Amino acid sequence: MFLYRTKRTLKLGIKSLWLHRLRSTLTALGIIFGVASVIAMLAIGEGASKDAMAQIARLGSLNIIVKTVQPPEDQHATGQQQSLQEYGLTYDDAERFRNSIPGIQVIVPVRRVAHQAWYRNRKIPIEVIGTVPWHLETSPIRLVMGRFLSTYDLDYKQDICIIDERVMNELFSFDDPIGQFVKIGSDYYSVVGIVSPQPAAISSEQQQAKDVEAVKKQAGANAGNVYIPLTTVKNRFGEMSVKISGQSGANVEKVELQEIIIKVANTDLVLPTRDILQTVLERFHKKADYQLTVPLELLEQAKRQKRIFSIVLGSIAAISLLVGGIGIMNIMLATVSERTREIGIRRALGARKKDIIFQFLSETLLLTFAGGILGIFFGCTIPFFVTRFGNMPTVITVSSLLLSFGISGAVGIAFGLYPAYRAANMDPIESLRHE
Amino acid sequence: MDKLPARNLDFTADGSILVFDKLCKNYQLGAVELKVLREIDLVVKKGDYLAVMGPSGSGKSTLLNLIGCLDRPSGGKYYLGGHDVATLDDNELSAIRGRHIGFVFQSFNLISQLNVLENIEVPMFYQGISEHQSKVRAKELAEMVGLGDRVNHRPTELSGGQQQRVAIARALANDPLIILADEPTGNLDSQSGRDILNILDMLYQQGKTLIIITHDEDIAKHSQREIRLFDGQIAKQWYNR
Repeated sequence: MFLYRTKRTLKLGIKSLWLHRLRSTLTALGIIFGVASVIAMLAIGEGASKDAMAQIARLGSLNIIVKTVQPPEDQHATGQQQSLQEYGLTYDDAERFRNSIPGIQVIVPVRRVAHQAWYRNRKIPIEVIGTVPWHLETSPIRLVMGRFLSTYDLDYKQDICIIDERVMNELFSFDDPIGQFVKIGSDYYSVVGIVSPQPAAISSEQQQAKDVEAVKKQAGANAGNVYIPLTTVKNRFGEMSVKISGQSGANVEKVELQEIIIKVANTDLVLPTRDILQTVLERFHKKADYQLTVPLELLEQAKRQKRIFSIVLGSIAAISLLVGGIGIMNIMLATVSERTREIGIRRALGARKKDIIFQFLSETLLLTFAGGILGIFFGCTIPFFVTRFGNMPTVITVSSLLLSFGISGAVGIAFGLYPAYRAANMDPIESLRHE
Repeated sequence: MDKLPARNLDFTADGSILVFDKLCKNYQLGAVELKVLREIDLVVKKGDYLAVMGPSGSGKSTLLNLIGCLDRPSGGKYYLGGHDVATLDDNELSAIRGRHIGFVFQSFNLISQLNVLENIEVPMFYQGISEHQSKVRAKELAEMVGLGDRVNHRPTELSGGQQQRVAIARALANDPLIILADEPTGNLDSQSGRDILNILDMLYQQGKTLIIITHDEDIAKHSQREIRLFDGQIAKQWYNR
């Protein structure tokens, strides 16, 4: 009975909306744009933050990265006679972390040296990374061919190297790189393995290619990484580096390690471990020559930012939906006063107040639902074009679809109820007289 | 759904459908109370054909609104089919209107977006009669008033007389207790007016109860019984046949 009435009332609603096609379309436009903008904005926001989060996640959410930085007070003092600067992380630091902090799974001390690599007559700028065999556990790079460092290499300071694919492509156009010798500085290193320069794809291939491009640009001259046992690096390249700056002339720096990567067992340990590290470092480093990076923290921060972003974009879009709703109410009020006589006739012929409410409410709901569906359609196509032509990643979430559709339904009810009530509460005698 | 039983109506023993017992209607106009109807006593029995006459301002329209349950009396009692109208709420009044009153208006009052058949179906829709059933009944009624070939026309495509015939068919849709006509020929030429009166006569012959409000003597002569209102009171009443 109820269903049957609903069906016929909806039929009636469709009929009278169809009778005023243009008006109905224009009215629904408000909702269409509202819903579409909610979906599109949330999709763009989601896409942007997902991209950022993927980049952070690549650093490893279980990792804590301690980096050597040039202490700020030294930067001022540089010019004067001070010729040797000694700062940064040391092997002792790594040892201390290992001995004093529980819950640490892996410690990777890293030394980086900018250099050139030769193969036959080719020369490219590279970064030498002196590291340990368990480096792979803390890094997103993965082995493509051959092997990575072994403890033997580390203990006996072997002259071997692992190159990444970028270096391979630059140096070895035709030869199989495994077993070949690469000259770095004045020594030859045998290539034993190849690693990927980038982690396995999270975003699309295209996107990844762009990331690589960006990384390359940032790194400037550096065409790739070459991994060599840490002990070998210490032996061959020492710990001094000479910096030549404009007025002050040569300037020698002594840095033992550029980076220590610490990996803990689970995410709950990340922040406590960070605090302990901070305390230990503060005690042994008088100068602020280190920097702690916690990807997990960055991730949380990115999540918070994403929330703010979503709220801001979402509320802008919700306002447009609200405006659409007000437009609907406006039109429905006009429709009600235009159809006063019809309402009077229906009342005289036995329509109860709720029949009239239902009739007008159903028209409003039909409009908003039709608008909602079309809005979802447009809302899904806009992000597609944004991704296609704007080179921005977008992610349409199911929740944004449900949210916008729900809001449009709520708008329909909220803004349809008042006109419908007004229609129902008109005096039938008065409305029958209405011209 | 509603408190009212759909068809089963308990008539008072003598067959009276409508009983007015000292019915009053007052309107408050600022500080002044305007007494439009004063203590009207009236009994309409099943099968009556009653004409209500009177000059404008005599309370005809108010009486019509009261009979049609569009308004509630300010004093006295109004029983329609045994129900005390004053005690009914808005939903019940709507149900009574839809079920027991068939309205025929001076200006036809068809819904212009609907075609003939759909217009006739409107009262049945609000009584919850199925689509199929109401369609069949609407066709029957359209044929009865001589518009069987125009069921798909819009009211704007019909002449005034035809529109009024649709309105009569619509009034008959739920087989009401009373057919209440307010100046049914007022907007029609004389030929169409005669057609409408013939249909009303036919309905009377079929045993329907009719109440016509008019100021036209000729129309009133068709009726079986006339009452004349003056200043909110029944000044005169007599039987024509």
